[in-house]
Amino acid sequence: MPPLSERMLDYLPLLATGLWRTVAVTVLALILASALGLVWAMLRSSGRRALELPARYIVEFLRGIPILVVLFYIYFVMPELGLDLTAFQAGVLGLALIYSCYIGETFRGGIAAVDKGQIEAAKSIGMKHRRMMRRIVLPQAFRIALPPYGNNMVMLLKDSSQVSVISVAELTMQGKMLASSTFDNMTVFTMVALLYLCLTIPLNMLMRRVEKRMGAAL
Amino acid sequence: MIRFLNLHKSFGRHEVLTGIDAEVEKGQVVCLIGASGSGKSTMLRCVNGLEDYQKGDILVDGERVDAHAPSIHRIRTRVAMVFQRFNLFPHMTALENVMEGPVQVLREPREEVRARAEEHLRRVGLSDKRDFYPSALSGGQQQRVAIARALAMRPEAILLDEPTSALDPEMVGEVLSVLRDLAQEHMTMLIVTHEIQFAREVASNVFFLDKGRIAEQGLAEQVLVHPQNPRTQDFLRRVRHVM
Repeated sequence: MPPLSERMLDYLPLLATGLWRTVAVTVLALILASALGLVWAMLRSSGRRALELPARYIVEFLRGIPILVVLFYIYFVMPELGLDLTAFQAGVLGLALIYSCYIGETFRGGIAAVDKGQIEAAKSIGMKHRRMMRRIVLPQAFRIALPPYGNNMVMLLKDSSQVSVISVAELTMQGKMLASSTFDNMTVFTMVALLYLCLTIPLNMLMRRVEKRMGAAL
Repeated sequence: MIRFLNLHKSFGRHEVLTGIDAEVEKGQVVCLIGASGSGKSTMLRCVNGLEDYQKGDILVDGERVDAHAPSIHRIRTRVAMVFQRFNLFPHMTALENVMEGPVQVLREPREEVRARAEEHLRRVGLSDKRDFYPSALSGGQQQRVAIARALAMRPEAILLDEPTSALDPEMVGEVLSVLRDLAQEHMTMLIVTHEIQFAREVASNVFFLDKGRIAEQGLAEQVLVHPQNPRTQDFLRRVRHVM
């Protein structure tokens, strides 16, 4: 067997493409999930039952299904219903749907935690619901929701490994293929774990810094 | 300018206001006094629709206040409010707090509003704090910004809900002196307060609330110095003892 450093150099290009795809899946899913999560949160904080209830049911429905099943469903069942997606697209969509629920709950918690006096003050200068949300409630809700949102981000990054089951060649998938062709399990999976940490640790550090700066402004 | 006609309000089965008849005229400073739980704050909050009511009417310049009707937003731009706990927007500077209503709600040109907002801050003695966030201001300063925020809407009347109750004693004076200036300029104000001395000094009229009703109302001097109703007499005696 060649020396460790040589093997690692050998494996790196394959793992790097996986890493790149992991980042792509995560970022795209995060953007979609955040937008959709904001929609859920706004609907559930609208004060109108006709909007609140459907949003609540959709969120509870999606949260009750394991990620793997959602991914299988989108990738294998949707084509039969006429929605033909690539593995990559299906992976992003599945993660985004599931995480929109978590992120939506995070935002909703933030909105609910905004001081009631703020809402009264906004009303008392004549603001209607929409403007009040945009100008007064959401800016404060985002600050409150930031720590759990950061948590969701890291969890999404890790859960992106699940899309390997529908053959998206992200980091975990590349690792698995590499390991089964070289039998060098220890080196490959240690590298995979370290590469994930290269993403999650800086991400955690970044979140802490942002929180500190936001906290100072309040 | 603000008329209460047989106003009834209850929270669930608990009746808080049981038939209020009163009127605040333009330019009057009316203080609402009474024991806690007598319905003072509720009565005030009904005027700009922060609370709804079940029976009777509140008329602002002849227009009926309905907390659930679209017209409430317009009424709120005409009747400003100052809260016990200030409720400044924490993510905006003092100046931005004052500008928010006129710019966002009244859609007035930003530059014009800015000049006026600076003038309002100057009037409440806070020109040097205009770029501070509320968290960097004392309670008294925050409440003065809140008053400037109310004034910036150029309201026809201001509702004040115990504006000095959340303040440390040494800061009460600075807020009361701002209100005194406003009273002298004949700003129409309806003030819920425990400061009897202040009420005597600035109020033109006083409403004494007892168990959801106005037990006595009249000129400030008359109600506070020569109360007719035994309940008013009793209340004032107890309050004076505390002071």
